[in-house]
Amino acid sequence: MTRFVTRRLVQMVVVMFAVSVLTFLIFNVIPNGDPAVRMAGKVPTETNIEAIRQEWGFDENIFVQYGTTMKKVFTGDLRSYFTQLDVDEEIVKGIPRTFSLAIGAALLWMAVAVAFGLYSAMRAGRFADRFLTITALVGISMPVFWIGALMNYYLGFKLGWFPNGGYVEFTTDPVGWFTHLILPWTALAILFIGFYSRVLRSNVLDTLNEDYVRTARAKGLSERQVMVRHVLRNSLIPIVSLWGLDFGAVLGGGAILTESVFDLQGVGQYAADSIGQLDVPPVLAVTLFGAFFIVALNTVVDIVYGFLDPRIRVQ
Amino acid sequence: MSESNGGGPLLQIEHLKQYFPVASGLLVHRTVGHVHAVDDVSFDLDEGQTLGLVGESGCGKTTLSRSLLRLIEPTEGSIAFQGQDVTHMSMRKLRPLRSEMQMVFQDPFASLNPRKRVVQIVGAPLTLHGVSKGEIADRVRELLDRVGLQAEHMNRFPHEFSGGQRQRIGIARALALEPKLIVLDEPVSALDVSVQAQIINLLDDIQDDLGLTYLFVAHDLSVVRHVSDRIAVMYLGKLMEVSPAEELYTKPIHPYTEALLGAVPVPDPRENRARKRVAVTGEPPNPIDPPSGCVFHTRCPHATDVCREVEPPLARYANGHLAACHHPQQVSSDEIRAVERSDQSPLSAGEELPQAS
Amino acid sequence: MSGGEPILDVRNLRVSFSTEEGDVQAVDGVSFQLRPGEVLAVVGESGSGKSVTAMTLMGLTRSPNARFEGTAQFRDTELVNATDDELRQIRGAQIAMIFQDPMTSLNPVQRVGDQIMEQITAHGEIPEAQARTQAVEMLDRVGIPRAAERARSYPHEFSGGMRQRAMIAMAVSCEPDVLIADEPTTALDVTIQAQILQQIAQLREDAGVGVILVTHDLGVVADVADRIAVMYAGQIVERGTVDEIFYDPQHPYTWGLLGSITRVDRDRPGRLPAIGGVPPSLANPPEGCRFRPRCPHAFEPCTQVPDLEQRGASGSGHVDRCFLSAQDKPRLREVDGQVGLTTGSPSA
Repeated sequence: MTRFVTRRLVQMVVVMFAVSVLTFLIFNVIPNGDPAVRMAGKVPTETNIEAIRQEWGFDENIFVQYGTTMKKVFTGDLRSYFTQLDVDEEIVKGIPRTFSLAIGAALLWMAVAVAFGLYSAMRAGRFADRFLTITALVGISMPVFWIGALMNYYLGFKLGWFPNGGYVEFTTDPVGWFTHLILPWTALAILFIGFYSRVLRSNVLDTLNEDYVRTARAKGLSERQVMVRHVLRNSLIPIVSLWGLDFGAVLGGGAILTESVFDLQGVGQYAADSIGQLDVPPVLAVTLFGAFFIVALNTVVDIVYGFLDPRIRVQ
Repeated sequence: MSESNGGGPLLQIEHLKQYFPVASGLLVHRTVGHVHAVDDVSFDLDEGQTLGLVGESGCGKTTLSRSLLRLIEPTEGSIAFQGQDVTHMSMRKLRPLRSEMQMVFQDPFASLNPRKRVVQIVGAPLTLHGVSKGEIADRVRELLDRVGLQAEHMNRFPHEFSGGQRQRIGIARALALEPKLIVLDEPVSALDVSVQAQIINLLDDIQDDLGLTYLFVAHDLSVVRHVSDRIAVMYLGKLMEVSPAEELYTKPIHPYTEALLGAVPVPDPRENRARKRVAVTGEPPNPIDPPSGCVFHTRCPHATDVCREVEPPLARYANGHLAACHHPQQVSSDEIRAVERSDQSPLSAGEELPQAS
Repeated sequence: MSGGEPILDVRNLRVSFSTEEGDVQAVDGVSFQLRPGEVLAVVGESGSGKSVTAMTLMGLTRSPNARFEGTAQFRDTELVNATDDELRQIRGAQIAMIFQDPMTSLNPVQRVGDQIMEQITAHGEIPEAQARTQAVEMLDRVGIPRAAERARSYPHEFSGGMRQRAMIAMAVSCEPDVLIADEPTTALDVTIQAQILQQIAQLREDAGVGVILVTHDLGVVADVADRIAVMYAGQIVERGTVDEIFYDPQHPYTWGLLGSITRVDRDRPGRLPAIGGVPPSLANPPEGCRFRPRCPHAFEPCTQVPDLEQRGASGSGHVDRCFLSAQDKPRLREVDGQVGLTTGSPSA
């Protein structure tokens, strides 16, 4: 087992390295034109451009450039030339907001998706199943910015049931933190609920036909014991790896639209704003930030998968 | 009988090895060992004959059958078809020869493409070899008739047929290019007993009509008895015994063959009650780390020190009966004295021939 | 060893499934009895209804599109119409079942020992430590070496034979009165098969367990069975002791089955006497005797369905569904000196 874990961790480091090289190439090397000009933002001045060129080493060879860029990213020496703010600080400020959104939404979507998916499978072909299927498809089809905006407007602004966007620190006001996040959590979860409940439904239906479920019944286990210990457990295993990818993406600031619609000022929104301003240093940093979480979560999921399914460990 | 290579065997396998690497390692996959799936096997197959290849799961018979058709690349050794060495022949040169050797697979449900009609399935080899469309339809009709199906079956899909019928379709496909050699990998194991009998009869008939040579891979000793001229018994990648068919059952020399025969239940209650059976204990060993000396020694009731240390050569007894054992059963002292070492022995085998006691 | 009052009495069991092609009568009036310590083999090919019969006894075929008729009396409980609760109490504890493919019949992500423990604790308040000891003991009893260590393994770490032994261990851990084995050795090598059959035979010796052995392999049957029921197209076409079936078979289908077996102990016949044709569709069974379309001896009365009754001279328990006279049968069933079905063209 330790070999398995070590192997995965080593692979993670290698992948991160590859991602960093790719990001560097995409932002600084490949696009046409003068990277210094690009970095100087919308209103570049000659002095600015020259200063940037010095600081980032754009005259040097590509390896030195890569080294300088990575050094700046990791030592927190990145500043946006547009807003004059320290990129790392901005990201750090955004982390609790993004994490709050991600974790809450993930828990919500998993709980609801499992309930819907399982119920759908148990009532396969009947009305409840068809109804939940349609609901799921609708959920998948509604763009999050649209549903988010609608919820914000009607439930927040018009009816006043929920706050109208924004974020409250947990440490300042836990209740406020919670009420401000209910709508964003729901908006973000709807899409995933639709998708995951379908996948789970399909897994459960497959598992119900497995021979070992028949054996479990033949042993005299109650239907509930069969469903939970044999069917649900085995059906959830493939979902774990899906969940790792999605959760990792959201943690890393991937919920750009949700954050923006509800004005949560998290990492995702920061990325969105910076992209709008064509502000390269923040975008560079956020990309690496997001990539890190996806790769890390993927590795965690791989390892967890090994715990859940012993057949995987053999590889 | 065979004009093309001056009367030599149709198929000649010499010291064939098929090893599969076992990978391990943190980042880069290092090969830490090999699965000895086929471990130095040699035999000849004459034209018009049927060689039965028997053994339990993991013995290497399926791997061997795939190797000799070059479906997987052999690790070592040589394969000669009609006198030509085809072991390392390029795919281009091999193509025309491929039409001479065909295969029928075990699972009639998995070996037919469920989305193709019968005429496409049976006609596929013909299309690949450039036969025109009109001719294909005629030929397919002919083939279906030969295997006992009707022309109207041409446009149906596999799922509309029973297991036995699908196996007939597989056989028709194998016959399409008029091959000389057909390798049958457990062609009747997945079928019901009464259907097995039908298919066995069919295979018998077409062998006579078309002058085919069969390599019949099976785990069922009773089926193999019915169809083979000679039978080879494999265990853990090695040949234990090769014998004319009937003699294997009346005079099994190798203890493993005895054990196999003893384990097969006979559909005759009184005989079963009377039979004294030598039980084989334990499980087959790990093919990544095969036992030293004779690979069967860990489960053999007659094993002694020499069996643990020295791999027995394939010794030739009367009637072309070969066995690789230091303590051959059912042979008289005279027969043991007359024994010779066969050159089909594995290269790793020792020099010691069995001694008359 | 065996005998006495039957513990299982199946009468006129009928099972049908409604499918897209119409109603399929998978089991059509099956009756038999099982006594303690006896092995009853239910023999048939695919589509004969043997597996459906076995699984119905455990209630494993219940579904919205299944219809049942008839009764299966097990001690005080009638199984066909039993409530889910009653069934649950019986399953595993009094009637246990093992299946054909031990690889897929065990939960791949649960340790083998845990699965056996689950069986033990399903039927009684047994503390975990005790259940664990019992599980290990069961594994040991079925011949698994280093049982305590192996109990912590997963199914894929066992070989096929060991998996089947583990299934047997699990099935008998609550000491059931009846063991239903559905093709337990079909997926196994012949030497392992011999070991497993020995295991099953041992059960009936030691514990007086009644065994229903569902199989298509007549060799296996000759080895362990006491009585045999031959099934074809959902009906029992012949039933009797193992000697009666093998040495005095009365039904042409039985002759066909016996004739088409390839044998390890006999010289090969020139041609295997095979049964021509294919099994009938269960959605649309033939009129009269189900075997008529494939029977070379079919004659005028065969347009009626023959009842299962004794027609021959041997034992009163030997019944069959064939109108041919007791005098004709011994003559007609020989092909080339052995029992078989002549390959003359069938009538109708």
